[in-house]
Amino acid sequence: MATPLLELSNVSKSFAGSDALKDISLEVEPGQVLCLLGDNGAGKSTLIKILSGVHRPTGGEVRVSGTPVNFGSPKDASVLGIATVHQFGGSFPLMTVERSFFVGREPTKGWGVFRIFDKKTAAAISVSAVQRLGITRITRGDQIVGSLSGGERQALVIARAVHFGAKVLILDEPTAALGVKEATHVLRIIMQARAAGVAVVFVTHNVLHAMTVGDRFAVLIHGRKVDDFRKGERSRAEITDLMAGGEAMAELESELAQYELDAGESR
Amino acid sequence: MQTRLNVASTGVRTSPKLVAQPATVHEPRQTFRRLSRRSEMGALVGAVVVFVFFAVLGGSKFLSVGGFAGWTNVAAELGVVAVPVGLLMIAGELDLSVGSVIAASSMTLAIASGYWQLPYPVGILLALAVGAIVGLINGIITTRTNVPSFVVTLGTQFGMAGLTLGLSRALTGSTNVSVTPDPVSKSIVGTLIAGQFETSILWCIGLALLVGWVLHVSPWGNWIFAIGGDKESARAADIPVARTKVVLFVCSGLGAALVGVIQTSLYNGAQTAIGQSFVFNSIIAVVIGGVLLTGGYGSVIGVILGTITFAVVTQGIYYTGWSSDWGSLILGILLLVAVLLNNTFRRLALATKRQRSVGSRKDRNGNATTRTE
Repeated sequence: MATPLLELSNVSKSFAGSDALKDISLEVEPGQVLCLLGDNGAGKSTLIKILSGVHRPTGGEVRVSGTPVNFGSPKDASVLGIATVHQFGGSFPLMTVERSFFVGREPTKGWGVFRIFDKKTAAAISVSAVQRLGITRITRGDQIVGSLSGGERQALVIARAVHFGAKVLILDEPTAALGVKEATHVLRIIMQARAAGVAVVFVTHNVLHAMTVGDRFAVLIHGRKVDDFRKGERSRAEITDLMAGGEAMAELESELAQYELDAGESR
Repeated sequence: MQTRLNVASTGVRTSPKLVAQPATVHEPRQTFRRLSRRSEMGALVGAVVVFVFFAVLGGSKFLSVGGFAGWTNVAAELGVVAVPVGLLMIAGELDLSVGSVIAASSMTLAIASGYWQLPYPVGILLALAVGAIVGLINGIITTRTNVPSFVVTLGTQFGMAGLTLGLSRALTGSTNVSVTPDPVSKSIVGTLIAGQFETSILWCIGLALLVGWVLHVSPWGNWIFAIGGDKESARAADIPVARTKVVLFVCSGLGAALVGVIQTSLYNGAQTAIGQSFVFNSIIAVVIGGVLLTGGYGSVIGVILGTITFAVVTQGIYYTGWSSDWGSLILGILLLVAVLLNNTFRRLALATKRQRSVGSRKDRNGNATTRTE
């Protein structure tokens, strides 16, 4: 078995005494999609922040390719090839595709202080990188990012991360704000990143999207990992139940039944 | 020239041959569309409209060399402040302290070289240092504390005004100090070419070229746009956000200090109250110029056009025979119209692609069928 690219063992994080995460163990291998499922407040964002170097865990260990790491800043994580894509972040609506793609890593021509931004190269690389992800509507580098659809913007950011050598791609709710077709497109892009050998951590609360692309799954509730399984080991209904906290759903159903009963009596 | 590209579905990659090259066909409509999505379009329309307006009403006097000098001198001094302020605004920050920086740097120069009789170039350096220090303070406080630059620079604006007034009176017993620049310095920063054109015009052009190069040609321009567009994403892309902003604040302070030096040299003296009009005038010029107040969008040519528009209105009014009392009214209306115009152009720019996407069809499998032009 391949060494997991990214591995968490018993990672905990507490803020001012309260546990945001407790004893989380996860691993993701190259060319695998790990889906992190959980409701709002389950600790998904905290986990992402630990993986991307924003927070330091208060307990446990994070390993990259088997080596324990201690990220001091997001830069430390990105140096090791861990790229995080937030729902809307990473693309600049009022910039052009070619400029946005190369923000912070501008290709230049010329020498010293007289270096100039190499627009031609930037346009050619950025357009071909997004087209490789199947976004053929982006044909020119000087298109404004804000004129692209949500899915295309996600594609642009993912293409950027892959182009600059991301080995682990953390996608924070990439499909949450998208329409059905757009979401399908993003899922397709996830599959392409996976096929290219990238380890993908796909954070979502959409069970269907997760089941479509996921190889491994982990469900978080109140900062704890309550289940961990591989593709095909759980049904959709089981996962949904688990995410909603099972009991909570059952409770709500009985409450609703009670309301209906009350309403019937008062009539 | 319409070829149909059928996008392959999952797994199958578009072959490199299908990767569309930038379109080579330039239809007039396309050219118009590309022009209309530039940030300075609104400013260009505004500048042309006010120029024609005052050329018609002001007649030959406005169009004479004297009339031309009148508004170019105003535009040049304002431009020296507005260009760096615009750059800062594109990075998402405001600088309201330029007024007091002009006053402080003027007084520094006048006191150092007039009252204390230090060599004039030394006075100039001290004056510029004052601007740089205020910029540094603005930048450091803004980036370290996350207090909005609006508040920080409002604080330094008032603080510096008080400091300038207090120190001037304490040191010289006056709020008005005269100084005689040496001939070389005067000819460089504060003289009239052909009897009516200020040397500040050359400074302004040089500054605009330099800043235009930084913003639009050099790789640093990309950082500035990115910082103004989305600070967090810029930081995630390893851009030194804080350092870049501090540098921009220093540039803004230097620009204001340069105007202080220019005015002091031009009028052979300084007062503690000068320069205050530059605070809002620079913002008006920058906003008319198409720079987005919240950052991330704008151009140097736009700022220059905004500056020219401002100057033409304030100076043109004298040639119309109207009372100059109406100048501010025209400026106020102009500012609002320009902002609405800029918003429209920006919306157009953002909508260009969407409109086209309505025309592109999807086949039964949901794959986009796009046309390449």
